[in-house]
Amino acid sequence: MRGLPPVAITALVFVAGFALCTAQFPNFASTRVVANLLTDNAFLGIVATGMTFVIISGGIDLSVGSVIGFTTVFVALAIERLGVPPLIAFAAILLLCAAFGAAMGAIIHVFDMPPFIVTLAGMFLARGASFLMSTESTPISAPLYSTVSDFALRLPGGGRLTAIALIMLAVVAAGAVLLHFTRFGANVYALGGSRTTTALMGIPVGSMTVRIYMLSSVLAGLAGIVFSFYTAAGYSLSAVGVELDSIAAVVIGGTLLTGGQGSVVGTLLGVLIQGLIQTYINFDGTLSSWWTKIVTGILLFAFIALQQAMLGIARRSGPRKAGVLKS
Amino acid sequence: MPAFAFDANVGGSDVGMNAHSDPGHALLEVRALSKSFGTLRALQQVDFTLRAGEIHALLGENGAGKSTLIKAVTGVFPRDAGIVRLDGAEVAPRTAKAALDAGIATVYQEVNLLLNLSVAQNLYLGRQPTRFGLVREAEMRRHAAALLAEFDLHIDVAEPLGNYSVAVQHITAIARAVDQSARVLILDEPTASLDRHEVEVLFAVMRKLAQRGIGVIFVTHFLDQVYEISDRITVLRNGRLIGERTTAELPRIELIRMMLGRELAETTRERAAAQDRKAGDVCARFDGYGKAGYVAPFNLSLRRGEVVGLAGLLGSGRTETARLVFGAERADSGSVTVEGKPVRLLSPRDAVAHGFGYCPEERKTEGIIADLTVRENIVLALQAKRGLAKPLSRAEQDEIAMGFIRLLDIRPPEPERSIGLLSGGNQQKVLLARWLATAPRLLVLDEPTRGIDVGAHAEIIRLIRELCDDGLALLVISSELDEIVTYSDRVVVLRDRAHVDELEGEAVDVTNILAAIAVAGTAGAEAG
Repeated sequence: MRGLPPVAITALVFVAGFALCTAQFPNFASTRVVANLLTDNAFLGIVATGMTFVIISGGIDLSVGSVIGFTTVFVALAIERLGVPPLIAFAAILLLCAAFGAAMGAIIHVFDMPPFIVTLAGMFLARGASFLMSTESTPISAPLYSTVSDFALRLPGGGRLTAIALIMLAVVAAGAVLLHFTRFGANVYALGGSRTTTALMGIPVGSMTVRIYMLSSVLAGLAGIVFSFYTAAGYSLSAVGVELDSIAAVVIGGTLLTGGQGSVVGTLLGVLIQGLIQTYINFDGTLSSWWTKIVTGILLFAFIALQQAMLGIARRSGPRKAGVLKS
Repeated sequence: MPAFAFDANVGGSDVGMNAHSDPGHALLEVRALSKSFGTLRALQQVDFTLRAGEIHALLGENGAGKSTLIKAVTGVFPRDAGIVRLDGAEVAPRTAKAALDAGIATVYQEVNLLLNLSVAQNLYLGRQPTRFGLVREAEMRRHAAALLAEFDLHIDVAEPLGNYSVAVQHITAIARAVDQSARVLILDEPTASLDRHEVEVLFAVMRKLAQRGIGVIFVTHFLDQVYEISDRITVLRNGRLIGERTTAELPRIELIRMMLGRELAETTRERAAAQDRKAGDVCARFDGYGKAGYVAPFNLSLRRGEVVGLAGLLGSGRTETARLVFGAERADSGSVTVEGKPVRLLSPRDAVAHGFGYCPEERKTEGIIADLTVRENIVLALQAKRGLAKPLSRAEQDEIAMGFIRLLDIRPPEPERSIGLLSGGNQQKVLLARWLATAPRLLVLDEPTRGIDVGAHAEIIRLIRELCDDGLALLVISSELDEIVTYSDRVVVLRDRAHVDELEGEAVDVTNILAAIAVAGTAGAEAG
């Protein structure tokens, strides 16, 4: 299967890391730790799922962190200042995000602009707009918020699988189905292989591009809502740099940064590896939390080097298969 | 230019093709198609008829209008005038997609498929079988395997297409097109990057398609392949229809005449004056020259006024030998003597200093500098040899450039034109001129006629002969044995990175070369 060997390596890294932590801290291997891992990284898992689609299609979306920040502020102000029911505020922000992503996708396609630049502009735009709305942290006290944060599936061993963790797992599962088992997903891989060829094969490249960035922005919006549940507040400076964390998760998850190969499951593992490092640091108690970034950086290097090496081996592996031909 | 009997296309009438009794009905009819780009009239009132179940070769020199015709028919370019009928109904596709929907599929030389997707996904992208929105992977693979099995291709369709050879990729592209109910299949130079066996496989597929009643248009510049596979030939020249013939009734010399529009003495296959020439003194001599893991040590002496051909399969060490001779690779054994004096070739600079020149195979990437003018490209090597301290004056440059443009008949004769705008054959002549300007004693030509149309091909061969008549020593690499036989006085045969045989005089012929290549365990090379 495509993308499997790098994913296998990511899985191995995760399992090895987990075993290492368990060896050092005997109470590490508990449902509590695993459930917290999922909860703490729920928003990252959601946004990284969208990023996976974008990167496999050969693009990049730098705007997602700002979109998360914008979403938290929008939701907080709508609920607290304007008294909008939370669910309506959610619907409104998701629609807004869809429009925002669609616009970026359309610009990328119509003007044939590099996604890097277009989404960089989107990043400044969304961040600036959230500052415009409010520069302060706005706590959210709507009843729905306490209901959601109280909800959890109790696991044997004391773990609490929270609502936001469940949302994230659902998004990952849905993303995996969409990417691996639908025509839309196949077209995403096709775009990452070659845009012109995909167009020649009769795939509507323009509408695909629009839909991919729309998906990414909507998932960023959803991640923003989840983030507001997580922090019970809206703040214009939240999720700064999350676009880079999610790109890191996608690449560590075995997705080719140049597009055409990758998987959603790998991305989830990439997210969990980052979370694992953070958890280790929390357990240790003496390490600076910036070690997360350092280890993530090292892992990124390792995975990119690995991808290059595998590409190199593939290129050098001599004559290609001629296929079995009988005549 | 003398007019030929079949040169007529006056008033856009068809070329007497209604009266014959072919079983295949007219599938694709192009009538009076015209297309201009600015002032260039790329196609003028061209007619073309493809019958169901035939393989129809579309031939012509570079710039004859083959590509333009295909692109005008398949909607890549809009056409200025003329009509296209498919099964009697007029069609006017505006995009390649629309042409495909109408039943006209094109497979280009660079396979337009996605190497990162599985073979099955490539076959069914955009039309995968689904249930509740989900792709039915197992069913798709089953269909894909069955579809390819029709072409005698039995591969694991779940593997990425990029894992397979170019031939498999071509067949996959054809299978996709045919499965999308294409009735007209256009193959644009499909065999250019295939080896002999792969060409056979592709031809088997083409024959099978023709049997099914699909019309196949085969664009190529390999005339041997035209005679091997095609039923009918249409020749274009300078944007006009020259004629349509059945392949069986068209002798090769006649075909070449149609393509060139001028009398061409038997271009190839004839070792005319080669024996008459008297080889001069040895000007460069390589003894036990070689490099471990690159080319086994060889002995090679090159005489003035002599053409030595290097023959062998791709990867046999031909280009590697050339690079050693030119100092582009350093030898780790053996010695070189030039005019009797021992020398060392550590870099191309040394080689140039001893009067060597080298026209590499990759003209576009290693040879020409596309943004510079013809004049600048010609004086490049000479200036480098003189050193930057002694610049050539503009007047000297102009004189040199014009001199070679006239001598080699470079067209158009404009020294200030960017070389990138010239045809392949003329670019090759500019490269030759670049080295000739340095007055070399030895010139190495790697595939001098690759990617060049028939006319320029013959001219390059003629030039090679003339050059060595003037006392130059030439070392020429070519994959085309006929061509090597035509101009070589001696042929060195390579196999598995070693020089295995040397043929001289009467012994130089295609059969002997093939025999030498096929000797001792190397599989299946046969003559013809």
